Amino acid sequence: MIRQEKMTVVAQKQIATNIFELTLQGQLVQDMSPGQFVHVKVSNTFEPLLRRPISIANVDKEKNEFTMIYRAEGRGTKFLATNRENEIVDVLGPLGNGFPVEAAKPGQTALLVGGGIGVPPLHELAKQLNARGVKTIHVLGFQSENVCFYEEQFNALGDTYFATVDGTKGTKGFVTTVFDEVKPEFDLFYSCGPLPMLRALEGYYPEKEGYLSFEERMGCGIGACFACVCDTTEGYGKDYVKVCSDGPVFPKGVVAL
Amino acid sequence: MSRLNLQLPGLDLKNPIMPASGCFGFGREYAQLYNLSKLGAIMIKATTVETRKGNPTPRVAETSAGMLNAIGLQNPGIEKVMAEELKFLESYDVPVIANVAGTEVADYVEVAERISKATNVKALELNISCPNVKCGGIQFGTDPETARQLTAAVNAVSTVPVYVKLSPNVTNIVDIAKAVEAGGADGITMINTLVGMRLDERTGKPVIANGTGGLSGPAIKPVAIRMVYDVYKAVNIPIIGMGGVTCAQDVIDFMSAGASAVAVGTANFVDHFVCPTIIEELPDLLDTLNVDHISGIIGRSHR
Repeated sequence: MIRQEKMTVVAQKQIATNIFELTLQGQLVQDMSPGQFVHVKVSNTFEPLLRRPISIANVDKEKNEFTMIYRAEGRGTKFLATNRENEIVDVLGPLGNGFPVEAAKPGQTALLVGGGIGVPPLHELAKQLNARGVKTIHVLGFQSENVCFYEEQFNALGDTYFATVDGTKGTKGFVTTVFDEVKPEFDLFYSCGPLPMLRALEGYYPEKEGYLSFEERMGCGIGACFACVCDTTEGYGKDYVKVCSDGPVFPKGVVAL
Repeated sequence: MSRLNLQLPGLDLKNPIMPASGCFGFGREYAQLYNLSKLGAIMIKATTVETRKGNPTPRVAETSAGMLNAIGLQNPGIEKVMAEELKFLESYDVPVIANVAGTEVADYVEVAERISKATNVKALELNISCPNVKCGGIQFGTDPETARQLTAAVNAVSTVPVYVKLSPNVTNIVDIAKAVEAGGADGITMINTLVGMRLDERTGKPVIANGTGGLSGPAIKPVAIRMVYDVYKAVNIPIIGMGGVTCAQDVIDFMSAGASAVAVGTANFVDHFVCPTIIEELPDLLDTLNVDHISGIIGRSHR
């Protein structure tokens, strides 16, 4: 169920250049699943005005805490980065439909492919897949070493490969360069990242079952404003989908890339 | 709540608060959050004869205390709106104001004739002010004679009162207001968004795929207040005011300028519970103003 809650900041720390990890506590954690997102009001004034959609990186239902990882780049996220312990953040969520964890059967192997700020939701997904006996392989693409994060956390859950555009960490190039090098064997894939990456992935493994998480500029975050629509592929049955409420995760082949 | 009820042509309002068209879809999403029967009315998303796909993305961009949008009247077409969306809203005790759009007079007439027959549609809102579509919309709302003729044509076929939504993107909004009153409008809703543009800081190109978009949010409230103030003096039909409303005080401001009811738009995206919150807060605000009934506020700036 979607709720709006004043959540309490448990911790805020910088984990890479301009990349922050914010831990919040509150009741709506109980309804969260991997791949969903929250809509955060970053300021109590009209400046900036709109909420920010941010993915869920960790969920701890026992402690009522969740973690989001975001890049403090624009006005809103820079504002969010100023929050300190015990301060209050207005959160609407959880929103959207997340990754189908149950699509992977115990004993299978899942390939998790993330790009930049699309990496965080894969962490909670990897945790939950491992918990149900699914082996995970992680291929994570970043621009440069200074913006990489969560190496230890992903290593603890399965084989993890990095690709950086400038070659400062892992393989020089893109996630597809890693596929060529490593030739990972897996049963299905899950991915979140920029559109060119999702497009490349869909083309790379046409025979595999896969789930892609999309990003599009949003207004309301709940499906009312029609800002974040995407065209669908021919024969899907619907002309368009809304990223915020129909997604952000779709089976591959639904959204026209 | 009896301190907040109001009667407008076709509309028996429990309170003067309604979500503005385009900011509330057809109500389904917000129905997950609160009981829609709390609202005075619901202005549903613009409806056209055929399914409309809308504009390419990005369709929204944030601006200082506001946002630009160029959705492009995306909607499933009148048949689906009536069969699915209006049907869904029947389960709530709330009057619906159907926003009618088209590319030519015949489209408006067809949508108006059909949608006004829906049992829960109590009034029409004629959309002659959408700035985001190439055909239809704003060009009907910028020339007084065209606006009058369209209003008259729709009025002739509608079985419920017709409100006309005015554009602020004109030299003299009062002329348009008078023209639609002469055309038989039962009321006016105002204002629609202001045409604007934002450029990307890195590329220098427009952020919105459409180039321009409609500016809404708190940034436009002073413009809207001024226009409601001017139109109130010039016409004898009621006004539903909107443009940057975010709180109960904004509602009082619009009603003081001359609005009989107030629609909330962009604020629904920022605080998804803003409409019920305003409805809850209004009685206390009336107390501080020593006003028994909200109707006592209407047009007080002119007295």
